[in-house]
Parts: sequence; C-alpha cells; structure tokens
Amino acid sequence: MNGAHDMGGMHGLGAIVPEADEPVFHAPWEARVHAMTGAAFRWGHWTVDKWRHQHEKIPGADYLRMSYYEKWATSLAELAVGAGLVTRAELGPAWPAIGGRETTPFLPAGAPAISPSFAVGDKVRTRNINPTGHTRLPRYARTREGVVTRLHGVHVLPDATAHGLADRRQPLYQVRFEAAELWGPAAPGRAAVHLDLWEDYLDRA
Amino acid sequence: MPPPDDHRHAHGDSHDHDHDHGQAPPSDMALRVKALESLLVEKGLVDPAALDAIIDTFEHKVGPRIGAAVVARAWSDPGFRQRLLADGTAAIAELGFGEGGEGRYLAAVENTPQVHNLVVCTLCSCYPWAVLGLPPVWYKSPPYRSRAVIDPRGVLAEFGLSLPDEVEVRVWDSTAEIRYLVVPERPAGTESWTEEALAALVTRDSMIGVGRALAPDAAA
Repeated sequence: MNGAHDMGGMHGLGAIVPEADEPVFHAPWEARVHAMTGAAFRWGHWTVDKWRHQHEKIPGADYLRMSYYEKWATSLAELAVGAGLVTRAELGPAWPAIGGRETTPFLPAGAPAISPSFAVGDKVRTRNINPTGHTRLPRYARTREGVVTRLHGVHVLPDATAHGLADRRQPLYQVRFEAAELWGPAAPGRAAVHLDLWEDYLDRA
Repeated sequence: MPPPDDHRHAHGDSHDHDHDHGQAPPSDMALRVKALESLLVEKGLVDPAALDAIIDTFEHKVGPRIGAAVVARAWSDPGFRQRLLADGTAAIAELGFGEGGEGRYLAAVENTPQVHNLVVCTLCSCYPWAVLGLPPVWYKSPPYRSRAVIDPRGVLAEFGLSLPDEVEVRVWDSTAEIRYLVVPERPAGTESWTEEALAALVTRDSMIGVGRALAPDAAA
C-alpha cells in the first residue's frame, strides 16, 4: 500500500529528537495499550501482518498526526470490531470508525517454489508493484537492482497473511542495494541499504 | 513514570514542537484506553493482572542490558562472535535470550574501522525487542524512518557521529521478520576488562548504530 507509513526517503518530516533517559512508556495508558495488544495476539483472530496493515489503513493525515500508541489503540479497536469481538456501539463515540478503505492484496499467479531461485551473489531486480493491500517492499526500493547477500530460509509472505489468506511460504533473501542505485549518482559517500525481500518481490536482473 | 502532562512527548499541547512523533493526540487518550480496557475485561478477553505482568516484563525484564551482554560476550569470546555473526538467533539462545515475540530471528552485524551499520524500519518500527527491549520514540518517528535510508551520514552526524568518507555505511531496513543488532567496535584500552565491565560500555544507541560504545573513562 502506497500509504503514509511507507516513508523511506521522504524529506521534510521534521527533526530527529532523542530524549535523554527516556522511560519505557510515557504514560500508563501507553503501557495498557501495549499489553492489551500483546494479549490480543493470543486470541488468534489476527496475525502481526494483519495488525500492521490495520495501521496502514488509518487515513494518511491521521497516521502522521497520531502518536505511536494512539495508532496501536486505534488498530486494536478496529481489529476487535472486525473480528466480531466487540461492536461499535459497545465501543461508543470515543472510538469512531477510522474511515479507511478496503484494500486488495498483491499475489502473483501460481505457487512460488519453496526452494530458492537465487543464490548469494546473484543480481536481482525488484518488481514494480503498487498494491492497495499490504506489502513489505517499500516504494523507494521498487524496480531497483541489488545483489543477494544472504538467504534467510523460508518465511510466510506478509502480503497474503495480512489479508487473512492462506500462508504463502517462500524464500526470503537479504538484498544489498547501493545508495546510488536507490537515490541516484548524487548519493553522498560510500553507503548501501539492505532489505529482506520475499521471492515474489524479485526477478533475476 | 512522569504524569502525562509532565514531559515533552506525545501528550497535551505540543504545537510548539517542530519534531514529529505524534503531535498532540487527544488529551483524553487515558480515558479512551480505560474504556477500551473495561470493555475487553467485561467481555472476558483480557485479564488486568495479565496485562500488569506484560507491562512488568517490558519495564523491568527486557531492555538494552541484554544486548549489551551479548555484545560483551562477542567481544570477549571469538568463537561466540563468529557464531553470533553467522546465526544470531542460535547464538543468543545459547545465552538464554530471544524467546518468543519480536526477535525470533536475529541477525548481528559488526562495525569495523571500514564499515558502520545502522538499523531502521521504514515501514513501521520493527526493532530487536528480544535484545534491546522497546524502541525509543525517535526510532519510531517519521523523521528517523524517512531519513535513515536516504541520508544515513546526515542522521549519524546529528547523533554526533561524523564518519570519514572512506567508511562504508550499511543501513539495514528491517521490514521482514529478521531483526538486526549492531555489534559496535570494542573501545581501545579495554583489553583486560571482564565481560561484565565491558557490557557497561555498550549503549542502546551503539547497538542501533547511531552511537559508539562508551570510552573506558566514560563508564564509571
């Protein structure tokens, strides 16, 4: 989903402000939200991928306005309603619907092989995908060429599980992208970005 | 823990701040969350005592001192260092760490005089909870998430780390389920130090990659 959450490479989002001696939680309600969210995963109604996608469905302006734990709380309420565990009426006016749209997953046709198609040192190119659904291929790294640096074994594709679809297990690769490939020849200094990418995100370069 | 209005982050009036990690959520978040918890308790979905236990774990049982112990072991034991770099998940399990949750798969990346590593998650805020606990607010904030991949040297300079041009910066955008831990360089002058003493030099920021391990004279 090309949402506000996919912010790698954006400019103008403000200064980074570290806080000295930062507490684990800044208010008791943050701790309660964290704990309820953790407990809720044990109900078995949603996966971490579906939970992350729920954050992404928060309309962009709200996503950027909300604090981290306000997003968590909002997603917990939305998912609990979606799973039929609570109703909007029970939640009351304090928890209005977020107004997000339904989204559609990206799933290439055909079952991917469990055995890896690429080896360490292979050149790969990321696919040009723009699903409205969940994906973990960030915008800034699409249609870019990189080199496989490590094989991470077989992992469940979040693009499917985020939508409640059957597990789609496939190889996960660590891929290195040179800074100049991602950001152009003006990229300063010696730098590279590594991403862990599923087989469905990649073609041979 | 300070009361909600007594700190500069994420509560009350923050319109005069130019940083962005969630400006001014509604001041009634405490009430809204209380209502949500009451409903979930009423439905039998959560047990307040179980929530207390989860909070206790994250406030008191996990945190960067676990990662510091892992790094200190890697500095002290070349065999462990090799195993950590080859398979972080198995190596931290040797020390009894990494059970469940975030950090189920851990990869360690090592700083050297030639290479500096930096960890981010541009898509949300993935972080190696198992070894570092919960992430600081700045790590989860749009400014860091947006800039770490496009301007890592600029970000590092703001954290006080100006790297020479010949040092390669490797950014790890941890958007899958692999969590990354930076093994900082061991400070000079610590050759005879015990693992416990070394661990005191290993800061959270050094294991994210926005800082170095402390110098020996800074540890006291």
